[in-house]
Amino acid sequence: MTENAVIEAVHLTKHFQLSKGFTESLFSRRKSLVRAVDDISFEIREKEVFGLAGESGSGKTTTGRLVLRLEEPTRGKLTFKGRDLAKIKAKELKPLRRKMQIVFQDPYESLNPRMTVDDILAEPLTVQRLDHSKAEMNEKIRKMLEAVEITPPDEFLLRYPHELSGGQRQRVAVARAFILDPEFIVADEPVSMLDVSIRAEILNLMLDLVEKFNVSFLYITHDIALARHMCDRMAVMYLGKIVEMGPTEKIVYEPLHPYTNALIDAVPTPDPTAKRTKGVLQGEIPSPINPPSGCRFHTRCPVVMDICHKEEPAIVEIEGEHFVACHRHK
Amino acid sequence: MSTNRSNDSNLTVLDVRDLKTYYTTARGPVKAVDGISFQVKSGEAIGLAGESGCGKTTTALTIMRILPNNGEIVSGEMLLGNKDLTKLKEKQMRQIRWKKISIVFQGAMNALNPLFKVGDQIVEAIVTNERNVSKKSAYERAGKMLELVGIQPSRGRNYPHEFSGGMRQRALIAMALACNPDLLIADEPGTALDVIVQAQVLKLMSELKSKLNLSMVLITHDLSIIAELCEKTAIMYAGKIVEQGDVISIFKEPMHPYTQGLSRAFPSLKEARRRMMSIHGSPPDLLEPPSGCRFHPRCSKVMPICKQKEPKTTKAGKGRNQYVACHLYGGS
Repeated sequence: MTENAVIEAVHLTKHFQLSKGFTESLFSRRKSLVRAVDDISFEIREKEVFGLAGESGSGKTTTGRLVLRLEEPTRGKLTFKGRDLAKIKAKELKPLRRKMQIVFQDPYESLNPRMTVDDILAEPLTVQRLDHSKAEMNEKIRKMLEAVEITPPDEFLLRYPHELSGGQRQRVAVARAFILDPEFIVADEPVSMLDVSIRAEILNLMLDLVEKFNVSFLYITHDIALARHMCDRMAVMYLGKIVEMGPTEKIVYEPLHPYTNALIDAVPTPDPTAKRTKGVLQGEIPSPINPPSGCRFHTRCPVVMDICHKEEPAIVEIEGEHFVACHRHK
Repeated sequence: MSTNRSNDSNLTVLDVRDLKTYYTTARGPVKAVDGISFQVKSGEAIGLAGESGCGKTTTALTIMRILPNNGEIVSGEMLLGNKDLTKLKEKQMRQIRWKKISIVFQGAMNALNPLFKVGDQIVEAIVTNERNVSKKSAYERAGKMLELVGIQPSRGRNYPHEFSGGMRQRALIAMALACNPDLLIADEPGTALDVIVQAQVLKLMSELKSKLNLSMVLITHDLSIIAELCEKTAIMYAGKIVEQGDVISIFKEPMHPYTQGLSRAFPSLKEARRRMMSIHGSPPDLLEPPSGCRFHPRCSKVMPICKQKEPKTTKAGKGRNQYVACHLYGGS
């Protein structure tokens, strides 16, 4: 562990138990588990933007929820600034929540349609009982709206989410996450529901705020090009495992894992002469209930070897903080 | 699958001329589509691109003649062969839908009925549209359609929730193609899908396009999808087409400031990490569109004339068929 780690996860694991039907429970004692996150270790450092990339079902969202303790881990250790998150009692969680915030994927669903922008931004302040006077609170909300470029604030305070565009909604969601001066923020696919033309603005805004508010940031995405734009370091996840992790430029320019390669090949580009569909990966991500034996990627891997079917590759450091879990790299 | 479509690539399948579709609202008419013209040739795909609210989905609904009650075609023509779709009666239009033109809707997650098996839904589409097909041969064809899009025919017995997002999108494409249409309209194919699944769906569409000599109108806010599939593109802004031409020239050298903005909004892995550019502001309210060029409030190269006069569409750029509506290139 480096000294300036804000979040540290060691052997973090989350299995969800599947509910069984009545007849099934009579005849079978075996529990079906969804291995959403399976023994991953990483750290997020102070003032760093850390990325998690992978397809739907790779476990990146569950990981994001685990580090905020919105889910209880099945196994493994998770610390926030040296404090063991698992040992914090429910009562003590509230002051901690102030320091850890989240921006959800869909601003059409994450904002309460019955609350005005003013209510939405006042709520976290009230819930945390920060003892602001009404005037202080108004001032804070106004400043925050200005910081996310919803200007002039007075024109927007009394609007409801349906009176805002998609981009404006996500700005409000970002403002809500930053208004408590948190130290750590998780953003789960914050731009995937937005038009390409406004994505850039929202991402740039978040990068500016990260710098201005000195927060550490976990950015979750399926698009490795967006991850590269945002992140200092990143991890690529597949079926609950981290398959590659390292500084962003290393991952993008010297990818070691075939899955990372596939993600890079699938990056959308507005260039009709560069077709990305030529070597596209076949098939879909397997079920996390019965993940494939050995290396979990072997069913789709273009360079699969015999050993990949039998033995799970360990994650090893190849050079300076660049880790990979692949039998081809040892 | 047998196809009796002509392979003559000069044959125009759909010719849209100066089409205007307005919505009546309590606050006045919304000019959602305001005088657009484009052509789709046989076996060719055209991509309509633009932000939310620029009128691209309305264009699709207009071509299918499935506008909501408050929507109305104000003027213009839509020629499918020698028939003007704007003039057809509802009964005649039913002979066109599915069999000549079909549509794949946005949101693969919601477009299938969750209460019916996927195969049954495809069969329903076939039986409703083609009277003299027996149930048995309709099931056979549904199986073949699923196979065509890379799904095992036996999976037709599954319900939509048993399909992944990518498979649902494929099933929708299978359904749209079930009555062998000449023209496929796809509204935001691939959005809301992961990059890899999206690439797979696009690959499938491009294979089907050449295999069936299918013409397509692709509607998306994502230029990369157009780059992947289309020969031509038309960039829409606030109900108008601001730039139109072949994809290679337009993406290589976009002329209109709006097209330039759209193509710069992509982070590239090939270039050094830079601040992503975006188009500031948001699309205008179509109840009261801005005067002159509708893009002028957001344009970085705005001139005094842009606020007063609407630019005409003129030939510009290096592309053979590149047309731009902008005062920068003498559209005055």
